[in-house]
Amino acid sequence: MDSSQFFGISSIAYILAMVTYIAYLVFRNSTVGLVATTITAVGFVSQTLAFFMRGKEFYDLAQLGSILRAIPLTNLYESLVFFVWCIILGYLLIEWKYKNRSFGAFITPIAGMVLAFIDISGMDKNIHPLIPALQSNWLLAHVTMSFLAYAAFAISFATAIMFLAVSSEDEKKWPYITWTVTLGVFVAVLIAMGIDFLVFKVGAHSTESLVKSHLFKASFRNSSLPVVLFSYLSLAGFVFGVWKYGKVLKKIIGSFDISQDMLDDLVYKTIAVGFPVFTLGGLIFGAIWADQAWGKYWSWDPKETWSLITWFVYAFFLHARFLKGWRGDKIAAVSVLGFVSTIFTYLGVNLLLSGLHSYGGGG
Amino acid sequence: MESIEKEKKSVDKIWSFFASIKLAVVVFTLISLTSIVGTIVEQDAEPEKNIKLLAKFFGDSAPSAFRFLDALGFTNMFHSWWFVTFLFIFAANLIICSLERLPGILKLVKNPIKPLAASGFSSMQIKREVVIKGKTDKVLPLVESAVKKAGYVPAVSNEAEGIQLCAENGRYSRLGVYVTHFSILLIFAGAIIGVFGGFNASLNLLEGTESSVAYLRTGKEIPLGFSIACEDFDVLYYDNSDTPKSFRSRLLIFENGKPVKIDGKEVTEIEVNTPLKYKGITFYQSSYGFSPNKDSEFRLGIMSRDGKKDDVRLKFGGTFTIPGTQVVGKVLDFSPAIGVDKSGKLYTYAEQMHNPAVLIEFSENGKPKYTQWLLKRFPNTWNVADGVIEFKDLWGAQYTGLQVRKDPGVWVVYLGCLVMALGLYAAFFMSHSKIWILIREEKNNTKVFVAATANKNRVSLEGKIDRLIKTVSDKQ
Ligand code: HEM
Repeated sequence: MDSSQFFGISSIAYILAMVTYIAYLVFRNSTVGLVATTITAVGFVSQTLAFFMRGKEFYDLAQLGSILRAIPLTNLYESLVFFVWCIILGYLLIEWKYKNRSFGAFITPIAGMVLAFIDISGMDKNIHPLIPALQSNWLLAHVTMSFLAYAAFAISFATAIMFLAVSSEDEKKWPYITWTVTLGVFVAVLIAMGIDFLVFKVGAHSTESLVKSHLFKASFRNSSLPVVLFSYLSLAGFVFGVWKYGKVLKKIIGSFDISQDMLDDLVYKTIAVGFPVFTLGGLIFGAIWADQAWGKYWSWDPKETWSLITWFVYAFFLHARFLKGWRGDKIAAVSVLGFVSTIFTYLGVNLLLSGLHSYGGGG
Repeated sequence: MESIEKEKKSVDKIWSFFASIKLAVVVFTLISLTSIVGTIVEQDAEPEKNIKLLAKFFGDSAPSAFRFLDALGFTNMFHSWWFVTFLFIFAANLIICSLERLPGILKLVKNPIKPLAASGFSSMQIKREVVIKGKTDKVLPLVESAVKKAGYVPAVSNEAEGIQLCAENGRYSRLGVYVTHFSILLIFAGAIIGVFGGFNASLNLLEGTESSVAYLRTGKEIPLGFSIACEDFDVLYYDNSDTPKSFRSRLLIFENGKPVKIDGKEVTEIEVNTPLKYKGITFYQSSYGFSPNKDSEFRLGIMSRDGKKDDVRLKFGGTFTIPGTQVVGKVLDFSPAIGVDKSGKLYTYAEQMHNPAVLIEFSENGKPKYTQWLLKRFPNTWNVADGVIEFKDLWGAQYTGLQVRKDPGVWVVYLGCLVMALGLYAAFFMSHSKIWILIREEKNNTKVFVAATANKNRVSLEGKIDRLIKTVSDKQ
């Protein structure tokens, strides 16, 4: 067996786990819960194995003779897979620490969505040897830690959405609107990508060609105006639907034994882990690598600038919480904003803006 | 008098303006929002590029939109006066905000823990009460050793209500926040030192040439104080692909015309992630290019069928003889990147030396025999009818693109990074915890009151306290 088969097993496991966790939420049967955890754990072990196997395959191909340079974290595909791994690890830790399975139904869908995104966008899954600029141990530490931080931020985001869903009452007030609209847009964007895939069928060979010729071409960026208009109307309709029927989801979560305090605590704790890791790995190691490779530790290229913006948002989060005593809705909203910025740093810059970073750009 | 009063008042006003958290929020927002524009508008690029981009948003009015953004400095915004002003306001905010709170924190940090009044025990976040068999003189050592085991050094005192032990850990972690803020200022200072005390230049060096200056973007010459030469530049590729594996330059430094040894070697090889440092100036491998000229030299290794070897260097059109034969080779043509199209025709697919090939015409006694392309990257093309001709290099035709930097502030920036890592560690992963234990004899037993507090991670402290009590109870 090779790594892709183990990756396949883990993908199926996470998607099954997602379904099982949701079933657990609905039926509240502890056996179902145990099954969900087991499936997740199996997926995690399988993915860990796959990660090492791909590392070995990469090592054989890379001809660089260094184990450190064989870590398979060199393109968008591998980074997304690693991101999923981090999220699942984080989730399993939370489940174990808080003895509560209910989060599974909210966090495994993120993993499932990322895996779906990988397949839907048809991105390149092949192993490519490293171009010279990427042959650096600093870069390795930089990338690994960045993804750990992104995963922590993602979990914070998921718990923040849950918090808002549980706490908000009035559908005309901003907390309710925030979580329903955010969730609606997230899911709608993914659906749009799915339509792209169904229409074009073929996978893109590089991130660049993905953006140029596929991304949203079947919907928001179609050449025919009516289709574009229809797409935006559908988006609006979908978001409206989530807004209108969000109460159902709220009921499900609300009927479960997740307290608001616990959610609020998790929103903060995950950022308290993510922020220092992001500062050290994302900003500092990134700067050291840039200094070694380009002779400039900071050059205001879009990726760096967006990292800084993200850093500011989370710094704002910490100050709002500690200086102004923000809790609950307000702080959860900052966490949502932070994750939107994180996604843009990670994907938006690669997909939409160009920059110095050939990393993830299909290289 | 009055004017002094007034002056004082306005100084106070400025001070409180810079000490306010509101200002921090405003500056954070301003920096973030303008930066977003700065990532969309391509910085420091040709106007056409941005006009094309703006046309997507503004249609026909893109040129005027561009002029507007350009006038506001958005086309090079990270170096514009207003953006730099934001950064300075941010720094001032950070300094004054920290100064404002520092005295209070220092007081807190300087004053070690004191025994707690009996009434204080009931108001603490964490409180426990147990009764241990035996008198105080038996219980006290038990408690003391349990506290030590938990990682604290207790101070014992006789208070009105009984014997009290108090201990604390991580007092200095309260400074973590300030250390973090200070590190931002250090990084800032390092960047300023770099801007004023250093330079960022570039230099293209053709193989076999040397230079004692580098060039700023403006074209201005920067003397290096020594000279640097490129002996050779080379790109290595992964097997049979055009994916580069490494870019390498072999560099030499000369002072007063004499080569200088660095780490015991005259020639230093640099690659993308391994620059060369000399006298505060760093040379980075940043690009390369192809620029053939009349001095470019074909370097061939020749071996006849019966094993006679020769190395030759030729100019374009030059000739050589295969040793021990009458066969003469002549350089007829060259392609920096030869490829084969669908119909089997040869063509040049790139301007760079991706796949260099030389066409050699072989003749014997003046009569042309055959011609053959030799590809540098493909040794199987070196076999010709009369021997093996290794195409080693077209030397003197590529230049190495070096980024030349002097940045005396970079160490301050790195120091700032280190300090930031330590500060964040203290701010997030350490906590200041305090424990008080009151021991009071009651009949033949001893009552132990425990109170504790921490500024972070209360749950783990609670666990520690419970374990501490268990240790004491188990030993009674
Ligand atoms: C992006 C830049 C900044 C970073 C990374 C940063 C970082 C931090 C961190 C990590 C904390 C501790 C929060 C916690 O306890 O969890 C903190 C607290 C604080 N920050 Fe900042 N900070 C920044 C900018 C500022 C600015 C501009 C001000 C001034 C207005 C400021 C004022 C404060 C204050 C007053 C505290 C609380 C100190 C205390 O608890 O005694 N910070 N900061």
